[in-house]
Parts: sequence; structure tokens; C-alpha cells
Amino acid sequence: MNLFFFLLFAIIAVVCAVSVVAQRHPISSALSLIGVMGSLAVLYLLLGAEFIATAQIIVYAGAVMVLFIFVIMLLNAGAEDRGGKRSLLASALGVPAIVALLGVLCYFVQRWFPNAGTVQFDAWRGGSAQAFGYALFTDYLLPFEVTSVLILIAIIGAIVLARKELD
Amino acid sequence: MPSLPFQDAVPVSWYLLLSAVLFTLGVAGFIIRRNIITVFMCIELMLNAVNLSFVTFANQHRQVSGQIFTFFVMVVAAAEAAVGLAIILTVFKNRDTLNIDEINTLKN
Repeated sequence: MNLFFFLLFAIIAVVCAVSVVAQRHPISSALSLIGVMGSLAVLYLLLGAEFIATAQIIVYAGAVMVLFIFVIMLLNAGAEDRGGKRSLLASALGVPAIVALLGVLCYFVQRWFPNAGTVQFDAWRGGSAQAFGYALFTDYLLPFEVTSVLILIAIIGAIVLARKELD
Repeated sequence: MPSLPFQDAVPVSWYLLLSAVLFTLGVAGFIIRRNIITVFMCIELMLNAVNLSFVTFANQHRQVSGQIFTFFVMVVAAAEAAVGLAIILTVFKNRDTLNIDEINTLKN
């Protein structure tokens, strides 16, 4: 059952990711990205990260993607035109470079983690909200507080950037 | 290639390979797309791929620290999305385009 769910949601994630890259309209890309995030949340559950899976749905698939779709609709972004204005070098080397990057990543994964063990659902329950919160508020308290400052700065920055110009 | 597991369990490296594939797709989209919003979504795709690696390692080492890193990546991604989309709004207001090929004031 582990293998079945992993393969099912891995395939959904990869297909949706290809769709993110291949779709012409930004709204289609955004909806595909929501599919990627949802299937990743299921994979997090399989990995025993309950809290992260919930946060993935709420923060990523919820808040961030609503922001994206809101901006797409606000700007009335249409389908992008694909003119043939690319340089010869880019179109010649682009696909080989991407394939080479994937090959290098897969090579190092196989090289470094050939027998890294297996993942079984329910074999480890360290990702519950209780365990996560305990670690966050004891060992990682200072980074957590710094994060709140970061969010404050981001809020102020967004407001400053998006406000109307005052003459 | 990892040998097929006899018991019903998924090798850790498969999760890492999925993460690598998603990251590569994000890089490809980041390079080939021209719409600035789609480019931004490809960045989110790359961050998600890295998050999957973090959670996989947290499971492999039986430590919650990897999940905490994922949490921080999520927070930074949310802040980045808020600021980045505000920048996109401002660019569109000033330049009236979303095509990154036409936003080239700093070129030359």
C-alpha cells in the first residue's frame, strides 16, 4: 500500500509539475501548481510529517496560491505569446543543460544514498503537532522569533510597494 | 537503480529522486517561461521540491529538525510571495507588461 500511494501521488506531482511548465495560461499553471502541492502534502503524510502536511495545505495551497490567483486576475494576465525570438545558443543548449542537471542530481542521490533505508507509513510518528511544537519552541525558539521579524518586514515591504504614489 | 523492495516500503532514494525531478522541472520552467508570474510559480515549485527532501531526511534520521527547516522555508516562501507579487504589481503598473523579455532596463 505504501508503494501504491507513493507511486500514485508521485506521478500526479510530476504530471502537474510538467503542466505548470507547459501550460500557456498563468491560471492553468497556478491550478497545476495546486495539484503539485496537494500531492506533496500526501507524500508528507506518508513520511510521517502530519503538521507539515497540514501547513502545506493551509499555507501553500491555500494562502500563497490564492495570492497568486488574485494577482493573475487583478492584472488580467492572458496567455503568453511564444514568438521565435530565442537566441540560437539558448535553444540549442537549453534541453541538454536541463537533462544534464537532472542526471547530475540523480547520480548524486544514487551515489550518496544507495542503501538509505526505506519509508514506511506509521513507522515513525515524530512529526505530530506536539513533537513539532515542542522542538520549535525549545531548540528553535530564536529562529522562530527572527522569522516573525522577517514576516513583519515583508508585510511593510508589500504595503510600501503596492500603495498608490502620494504626490 | 534501487532494487524493488520485497516488503511494502518505499526506498528513501525514490523520494529524493522525485524531489530532483520536481526541482529540475522548476528550473526548466524558470528558464523557458516568459510570463513573470509563471516564473514566480516555478520558484515555488523548486522550494516545494527542496521541502520534500527535507521531510524525507527528517524521516530517515528520525528527527523532527528537518521538518522545522521545511516550516521555515514555508514562512520565507510566503513572505517572498507577498513581496514578489507586490513587485510584479508595481512593474505592471509602470511598464504595462508581464513579459520578462521586455523588462530589461538594467541590460547594457
